[in-house]
Amino acid sequence: MLHTIVFLPLLTAIVAGLGNRVLGNTLAKAITTGGLFLACALSWAIFIPVLMGQPVESQPVMEWFRSGGLVVDWSLRLDTLTAVMLVVVTTVSALVHLYSWGYMAEDPDQPRFFAYLSLFTFAMLMLVTADNLVQMFFGWEGVGLASYLLIGFWYQKPSANAAAIKAFVVNRVGDFGFSLGIFGVFMVFGTTDIATILAAAPDFSGSSFEFLGAQVDTLTVLCLLLFIGAMGKSAQLGLHTWLPDAMEGPTPVSALIHAATMVTAGVFMVCRLSPLFETSEIALNVVTYVGAATALFAATVGTTQHDIKRVIAYSTCSQLGYMFFAAGIGAYGAAMFHLFTHAFFKALLFLGAGSVIHAMHHEQDMRYYGGLRKHIPVTFWAMMIGTLAITGVGIYWLSAGFAGFYSKDAIIESAFAAGTQSGYVAYGVGVFAALLTSFYSWRLIFLTFYGKPRWSQSEHIQHAAHGDHAHHDDHAHAHDDHAHDAGDGTLGYKPHESPVSMLIPLVVLSIGAIFAGFVFKGAFIDAEGGVAFWKGALAFDAHLAHASHEVPLWVKLSPAIVMLIGLYIAWNNYIRNPGAPAKFVAMFGGLHAFLFNKWYFDELYDVIFVRPSKWLGRMLWKKGDEGTIDRFGPNGLAALVMGGAGAARRLQTGYLYTYAFVMLIGLAAAAAWFLPKMLGGE
Amino acid sequence: MGFPILSLMILLPLAAATVLLFVPGDENGRANTARWTALAVTLAELVLGIILWARFDIGSASFQYAESLPLFEPYFSWSLGIDGISLVLIALSVFLMPICILASWTSIRTRVPEYMAAFLLMESLMIGVFAATDLFLFYVFFEGGLIPMYLIIGIWGGKDRIYASYKFFLYTLLGSVLMLLAMLYMASVAGTTSIPELLVYDFDPNVQTWLWLAFFASFAVKMPMWPVHTWLPDAHVQAPTAGSVILAGVLLKMGGYGFIRFSLPMFPAASAELMWIVFGLSMIAVVVTSLIALAQSDMKKLIAYSSVAHMAFVTVGLFGFNQQAIEGSIVVMLSHGLVSGALFLCVGVVYDRMHTRDIDAYGGVATVMPRYAILFMLFTMASVGLPGTSGFIGEFLVMMGAFRTSTFAVAVICTGIILGAAYMLYLYRKVMFGVVTKDEVRAMTDLNVREILCLAPIAVFVLWMGIAPNVFIDPVRAPVAAIVARLEPTAPPQQTVAVVKQAAANPHTPAETH
Repeated sequence: MLHTIVFLPLLTAIVAGLGNRVLGNTLAKAITTGGLFLACALSWAIFIPVLMGQPVESQPVMEWFRSGGLVVDWSLRLDTLTAVMLVVVTTVSALVHLYSWGYMAEDPDQPRFFAYLSLFTFAMLMLVTADNLVQMFFGWEGVGLASYLLIGFWYQKPSANAAAIKAFVVNRVGDFGFSLGIFGVFMVFGTTDIATILAAAPDFSGSSFEFLGAQVDTLTVLCLLLFIGAMGKSAQLGLHTWLPDAMEGPTPVSALIHAATMVTAGVFMVCRLSPLFETSEIALNVVTYVGAATALFAATVGTTQHDIKRVIAYSTCSQLGYMFFAAGIGAYGAAMFHLFTHAFFKALLFLGAGSVIHAMHHEQDMRYYGGLRKHIPVTFWAMMIGTLAITGVGIYWLSAGFAGFYSKDAIIESAFAAGTQSGYVAYGVGVFAALLTSFYSWRLIFLTFYGKPRWSQSEHIQHAAHGDHAHHDDHAHAHDDHAHDAGDGTLGYKPHESPVSMLIPLVVLSIGAIFAGFVFKGAFIDAEGGVAFWKGALAFDAHLAHASHEVPLWVKLSPAIVMLIGLYIAWNNYIRNPGAPAKFVAMFGGLHAFLFNKWYFDELYDVIFVRPSKWLGRMLWKKGDEGTIDRFGPNGLAALVMGGAGAARRLQTGYLYTYAFVMLIGLAAAAAWFLPKMLGGE
Repeated sequence: MGFPILSLMILLPLAAATVLLFVPGDENGRANTARWTALAVTLAELVLGIILWARFDIGSASFQYAESLPLFEPYFSWSLGIDGISLVLIALSVFLMPICILASWTSIRTRVPEYMAAFLLMESLMIGVFAATDLFLFYVFFEGGLIPMYLIIGIWGGKDRIYASYKFFLYTLLGSVLMLLAMLYMASVAGTTSIPELLVYDFDPNVQTWLWLAFFASFAVKMPMWPVHTWLPDAHVQAPTAGSVILAGVLLKMGGYGFIRFSLPMFPAASAELMWIVFGLSMIAVVVTSLIALAQSDMKKLIAYSSVAHMAFVTVGLFGFNQQAIEGSIVVMLSHGLVSGALFLCVGVVYDRMHTRDIDAYGGVATVMPRYAILFMLFTMASVGLPGTSGFIGEFLVMMGAFRTSTFAVAVICTGIILGAAYMLYLYRKVMFGVVTKDEVRAMTDLNVREILCLAPIAVFVLWMGIAPNVFIDPVRAPVAAIVARLEPTAPPQQTVAVVKQAAANPHTPAETH
């Protein structure tokens, strides 16, 4: 069954990808989508018995490669952690496949798109079922490839191509660390098998090895190297720059890859290797601080962006930070729980945004939205539910709320309960970031769905309206160009609700965003339930889970309070007093520019990495290879032999056969000279 | 002695090449005869290669199919024999050869019989290099390989072909003079030119250093290692497509083969002592040539520079002194032979249509050539080292093994996976993606049957070697183990980390290095 789940998407991807024009759009879409829904059904069929306490197993496929003492297998490991990821990946993927029927309906290249989606799903499944680090790396790079292909799916767009390359290369920086981590693991443990490594890790506590000329603590350095990989894939501060740009891809891709699944791979990796990370306090502290910094950084940037997808992208980045600092303080159950609920509500928000974009003729700038509530009600309610979930709306005393209410509060409470310095920092950051989360999420809702329509400034809408206008002209010549724009900011454009294929995923994910927290909290994060559920698949800390229930009431209420504050600020600025943001920008122009320009990371990297590399490459080529090596090497020799400079140039007019002849003579002379001497000698 | 299959494999193309030069008839008829003859002969060689592999005793480190015909006893004999390392490299050569003939089918129009004869001669010499078990016989094949390649570049090459062939010739010949001197010394001291006997002969460690350096001069050029690599970009740019394929696919492997066959097992003490030279130059090579590749606007030059970077992985692996690293090196050689060969073929495909190698002249090719886009993407990813392709297995094994030898060297060459992604994706984007703006591009047609026949078999092997590479590694395990054992007494640096007993009082025990 597990084999089917994993390899079916690969099969459908190959069929749809190579069949392409032969199959035609509908057949290619039906094969890939059908395959995914089957895989999804089977995943739930595996997950539910695991939830009930069924034991776990590993299913070998075949040997991959072997060298000396190193043996690497293709093998599918099934434990609770895998089962959770299977459900997340296949469910979101199946819904995204379905959604794309509507969203990509007018695209000329649909089989390729669906083949990529299924290929991605296969790679992601290989990643989460890996029982050794090399197979995990296979999945890791495989999802990177699929991400690259999908971001650059509209390859006629230069910005999409640039974003695709950026995503791949920045991820490679992370993979650089991941690879070194794997090499180190093999050196220390003599294997890449995860179970063996985790079992042996405590034996190496306190050992050290030589790394880049220094004696370093073995386990700390291994964890940190592996964590660099996680930072790249999960877009953590420093290696995050590719994620916002990745929004160049079609929106279903953003929902599947850049929100629900691939970007959580780093969190998954830390949880999968949690017994290893548990052996190094320094590594865990680094994970905590990096996570907290990212949660804060991304949330601040998210408050200022205009592009609806970028806001959600920064939100994703920020939520991933939450997951990491949860892992860093040892609350792996809470981290995975947030990963699980986040998959539902973030996929929902992205697909909802896609529905808005679809309705607004590919306009993504929220400044040109407004008042969409009545035009696209299903999308509006879906986005509303997603927002209620991400901001963690719930009532503490009833213990009832949306999905994010359980998972995010669990993280914040665990951080406080950890009682360490990093824990308190994470708690403080988590609460403040929750305020920002609430603010930017409600800002998005208010700008998009409330207020008056501001569509008339949008070029996309202008195009659409003029297109309509041309049609109308046939009937009524009397209209002038702006006759439709009766001052209501709509240009006469009527946004339409998306087709059913797009609405069904929204409804299903809405259900997930409402209930996923309530239904599964006992299993994921409850002190007793967690032990029984995880069964050692990650280093579940029952004490911490217990302690997180015992934190003071003000700690428990703090997320809800800041959520309300954030909501109030957003309401005050975007509903009650729409002129306020402009005044704020005028007053704190520097701060706003700093946030709006994403803390200038891209500019910084351009100056310290991109430009110097190009410059250096040119220098080394022109001044190094041509200016030094060639000049004093072959060209110099030619000048010496033939007298004077420019000899190399003159060589080009020489006769080829002369040289061939000289060469042959030379060889013959050498042989004639040496052979008799040798034979005669001795 | 059984059937002399190795002699047959060497002499068959040689004979065919000779015949081709004297075929009578008009220009067109001769050209066609030459094409079909060359194809038939190279396919026959491929069949012989398959037989060679099928009847090979995998798991043995000894030289098989041995044959010996004394010519000038005891210093020169027609001695042939192959171990697993030779086997896989011969297999690579006979696999690429028919593809080269096919790739030249229509793009070469002048002096076709001579061209085909040069390729057949090339094939003889390549097989000879990998099969020779006599020191001087090896030398003759090794240097002889220069001549047909020199002619291929010099006659059928591009605009600056004379300069390129001069450079190629100068570098490689100067390197080999020192090697010849070293060989003469070895023969006189050891009293034999038999490679199997020399493999177990212990040279004086002081002399080893000089011998090692002399061989290094030759192999480093062939490899090529930085800074003696500058002949390669010029040679590739000027060579016709098939010439580039053979150059990158097989000729560059001769340097690596030389290190494995001579430097490591014959001069183990010197290898351990001088490994820092190899590591140092390889580290520079990866970073420098990758950066240079980023700055290229000529497609072939970009791939040529990337070859230098990939070859640096081979040298690091060979001097990693353990099973993973050396096996990894051999896999990199095989993989690079396939992938860079395929990439040069891919360049040839668009060059045949547009007659320019300038990256900026293209753009949007994916729109008009979708099948080509898929295959080019596959080879790009293999070059980048994506897991699941052949490129990954080799480089990963190399770094995995060499990490125990030098964490520093591995950390530096590992940056190659970042830079490699940057320049290859840049190339792909500029050529394949974007909007078609040029009419020349719009008029391009997708791959024809002949081109698919060239590229598809390579694609199959690239994936096979990425997903289930054991079958390609199996033949080399025993010979590599023998080399590792030979290096063992020199105590090469291999880091291991000892388990710290939980009960131990001192929690900070330094790593054992032995």
